[in-house]
Amino acid sequence: MAEKKSLGKELTKGIIAENPVLRLVLGTCPTLATTTSVESAIGMGLAASVVLICSNVVISALRKVIPDKVRIPAYIVIIASFVTIVQMVVKAFLPSLDEQLGVYLPLIVVNCIILGRAEAFASKNPVLASAVDGLGMGIGFTAALFLMGAVREVFGAGTFLGNSIPFLSENPMLIFILPPGGFFVFGVLMAAVNKLAESKGKKRAELRGCEACPMAQNCALNKKEVAES
Amino acid sequence: MTKELISILLTAILTQNFVLAKFLGICPFLGVSKKLNTAVGMSAAVIFVMALATAVTYPINKFLLVKLDLEYLQTIVFILVIAALVQLVEIILKKYMPALYNALGIYLPLITTNCAVLGVVILNVDSGYNFAQSMFNSVGAGLGFMLAMVMFAGVRERLDSCEVPKFMQGLPITLVAASLVSVSFLGFTGIVENIFG
Repeated sequence: MAEKKSLGKELTKGIIAENPVLRLVLGTCPTLATTTSVESAIGMGLAASVVLICSNVVISALRKVIPDKVRIPAYIVIIASFVTIVQMVVKAFLPSLDEQLGVYLPLIVVNCIILGRAEAFASKNPVLASAVDGLGMGIGFTAALFLMGAVREVFGAGTFLGNSIPFLSENPMLIFILPPGGFFVFGVLMAAVNKLAESKGKKRAELRGCEACPMAQNCALNKKEVAES
Repeated sequence: MTKELISILLTAILTQNFVLAKFLGICPFLGVSKKLNTAVGMSAAVIFVMALATAVTYPINKFLLVKLDLEYLQTIVFILVIAALVQLVEIILKKYMPALYNALGIYLPLITTNCAVLGVVILNVDSGYNFAQSMFNSVGAGLGFMLAMVMFAGVRERLDSCEVPKFMQGLPITLVAASLVSVSFLGFTGIVENIFG
């Protein structure tokens, strides 16, 4: 029973309390770049989720085999293999999505959420828990991208999933789907999420800079900043 | 020929700025831009690694992967080459050029998982650039990264002395400021085509 309860917790924490994009501020690059439409936002979210779940499972299964010193390169190889598989599947079956995501599809390799979860969770937990953690984080990531994509597509193009919306489609605010709109919508979304979190007595999401980076403990910049302060 | 190369360089710096138009390298852009000197150091290291990574991956792609029909391995090969390269550069700098290492070396591990470096390498391959074009595109992307970082570091230093409404403090106002910097770069749209077209 206790086992079941904790698995449920692993699943839900990624969606709300520790949402990778809105609470942990990870994976900002794809969040800004691939949310010009709902379709590409969901496509990106799902592609990254598949990679996240698969790599979490494999890394967790191999956690006792991988030597500690070379774990980061080992994780990167595992993640890159799954990204390549996803890339091939998308190219074969969803060529239009492949075109929309372009360079951001192979760039899932360097998505900090995936390497971050590998380092923080999958390397220390059993396979099933890691899979559930990956699923939860994946859903959280996809939900955040969907939210961004919906706002930007509705206001920027006046459509939702390609269906035009009466008033807005005649007066689309193009700036929303241009790069500045991405920063702006994300900024306002973060302000709203922070406000909500504060009203529930939680801490506001802050940019944690190096702390959030999976490479942080190998990085001298981190040590230098500590030494300076 | 030179005209074309300069046009690639300027496009990468201004109209297709890596950070503000392509959203690559947002983590360091938001994370390391608090102080001007760290912003400059980080971007110098990025320019260096981007140029080096392109110089190394271009022949690997052309003479190994394409020749052996292994293009589908590009993602894995590129990220491993970049990671190994960064490690190697770090070791060499530490041993032979301690002064340079102190200035740039500390940023190197951070760059391995920086999507801008892998991004520029993949974009070069996708655009079918030859060696010279790839190098100009990489250096331009790095310079564009530096320009955005330095500008934004200046904006953030001013932002610190402003009174921001409580709900916008911290990350939200930083993102809105980035949005405004990005708007200023929209002004360059078409300028390169008009000069060289």
